[in-house]
Amino acid sequence: MNAVPPRAFVVTTAMAVALLVMAAFTLTTGDFPVPLADVITAIVGDAPPAAEFVVGTLRLPRLLVAVLAGAGLGAAGAVMQSLSRNPLGSPDMIGFTTGAATGGIAAILLTAGGTLGTSLGAAAGGLCTALLILLLVGRRGLGGYRLVLVGVGISTVLMAVNGYLLTRAALGDAQRAVAWQVGNLSGRDWTHVTTVAVTLAVLLPLIMLFHRRMSMLELGDDTATALGVGVLATRIVPILASIGLIAAGIAMAGPIPFVALAAPHLARRLTRHPGPNVLPAAVTGALLTVVSDFAAQHALSVQLPVGIVTSVFGGVYLVSLLIVQRRSRRA
Amino acid sequence: MTRRLTGLLLIGVLLLVTVLLSIAVGSRTIPFGDVVSALGGTGSPDDVVTVREMRIPRTVLGLIAGAALGLAGALMQTLTRNPLADPGIFGVNHGAAAGVVLAITVFGVTSPAGYVWFAFAGAVLATLIAYGASAGRGGTNPARLALAGIAVQFALAGVNQALQLADRGALDQMRYWIVGSIANRETETLWRLAPFFAAGILLSLVLARNLNALALGDDTARALGAGVGATRVLALAAVTLLCGAATAACGPLAFIGLMVPHIVRAFTGPDQRWVLPFSMLLAPVVLLGADVIGRVVARPAELQVGIVMDVIGGIVFIAIVRARRVVHL
Repeated sequence: MNAVPPRAFVVTTAMAVALLVMAAFTLTTGDFPVPLADVITAIVGDAPPAAEFVVGTLRLPRLLVAVLAGAGLGAAGAVMQSLSRNPLGSPDMIGFTTGAATGGIAAILLTAGGTLGTSLGAAAGGLCTALLILLLVGRRGLGGYRLVLVGVGISTVLMAVNGYLLTRAALGDAQRAVAWQVGNLSGRDWTHVTTVAVTLAVLLPLIMLFHRRMSMLELGDDTATALGVGVLATRIVPILASIGLIAAGIAMAGPIPFVALAAPHLARRLTRHPGPNVLPAAVTGALLTVVSDFAAQHALSVQLPVGIVTSVFGGVYLVSLLIVQRRSRRA
Repeated sequence: MTRRLTGLLLIGVLLLVTVLLSIAVGSRTIPFGDVVSALGGTGSPDDVVTVREMRIPRTVLGLIAGAALGLAGALMQTLTRNPLADPGIFGVNHGAAAGVVLAITVFGVTSPAGYVWFAFAGAVLATLIAYGASAGRGGTNPARLALAGIAVQFALAGVNQALQLADRGALDQMRYWIVGSIANRETETLWRLAPFFAAGILLSLVLARNLNALALGDDTARALGAGVGATRVLALAAVTLLCGAATAACGPLAFIGLMVPHIVRAFTGPDQRWVLPFSMLLAPVVLLGADVIGRVVARPAELQVGIVMDVIGGIVFIAIVRARRVVHL
């Protein structure tokens, strides 16, 4: 592993530093400003009770869930885009997110939804959708636009199902379902943090084990086989691991849209390095989520869920991507 | 020629049958004899109300909205040379939805007849954005179009949800509006929108000849004397009029505009002078058929036609994607 390219290293470090700064900023800012010194003592565990409560119970768990879920989404998006050889192969595009939302909403409405039920429902919904899409697309279609188009079809059907479920619910339940469906980080506690942290700690190293092999697979199946890479295992293990990462993220933070799509794009542009760029994408994902959540909390006078910010910016990003692409093709 | 006549005959019969079914079948069972007498105004008062004040307006709305969406779909597919073009996939629905949410939350409009205009404006805006982002010279690539639609959808859905979360009343109204339906929509709405439907239908039928020329490529079209730019702009105007009006009247109804032209082309070939009127006749069959299905599958409750359409349409959409390599039309 001595082949870490210097530019990628610098970019990742710079992102990590930016993430730290942003984190410190988030922890100090709010209705109850806490000076940086108090934040640090609160984390270490010896601060005035008020600062202790605001930082330790309210702000820190929320921040950590944002960092960890964002990192998971970024890494998973990088894996999916690399393995499908498709810059759009992200969970948002292929209906995974909508399927998870269907599962989560169903759980909220059927089981009067505790957090655990919602999480399990979301994970199950997402997994079933992913399997269905893989079956429909077939092995050959993964790289092409077929993946995206089948995903669009599936999402539309599932959105109708979601809409139908909402008309069937009591208003209070519908409200909770919508609030969750948007992707929301408010009210996270330490159980959320541990769940995402454990998943990330297990699955991210697993993905990193396959990092080199995934880079070789990008050269094509035949070349990779000739280089001694087990093609099937290199596909299946990282894909399963990234589905796990996304499922955990969605379960704990709701389906935050577009982070898994945009983070790997941005990371690749910054590092200018071929290959999956999993770590840079993970750090970028964390940074994007934290910044979006900060904007969601402080940009307007009302607090918004983070998903609304990423959704709006993601939509705008995708439109501008299409326009830029068109320009460059014409030229 | 005989193929077209057979097709026309078939569609005519189907249309008649679905209209009759739509009047005769409902979540409340009324024997056929009673339906006929209720139509004439005699019979039990309950039956008369059900048939004359609920089923007939519903059927009329289905006919008009269906025709509009079918036409819009056929126009869109020709205009973008894209076999997957459909108002729903363009993000039109979310545009209209954003309009309605804004009307409810910001402007305090409460009656459906009142938020028609907002839905209309939103639909027009979303169409323009999605088309603008995806169109290049000589048509759009199917996937780019779908992507532009998705992007618009995501951005607008974010706004919609934010507004709904902030306002409980809006959420309550929206969740029923967002699943498209032709039941219990006010007749007044239909009257207000009638001029838009009429203008859109007329405009698209007049454009058929020029669209044929456009299908041969811009240069050939110019050589044949068709104004390329003007045809595009007018066709896009017709599409927005038709989709906007239909969505404003019924709420979002996806996939009709996608499926119908595909079926129609099997009978007519690519000639727009046939494709457009045929689509206009067949689409109401599909819409009313789906509506009737929705009335009977979940008795005594009803499944809104928007949901039935989405499920059937989604399956057809995936079948089209899988069946062929999607290329420029």
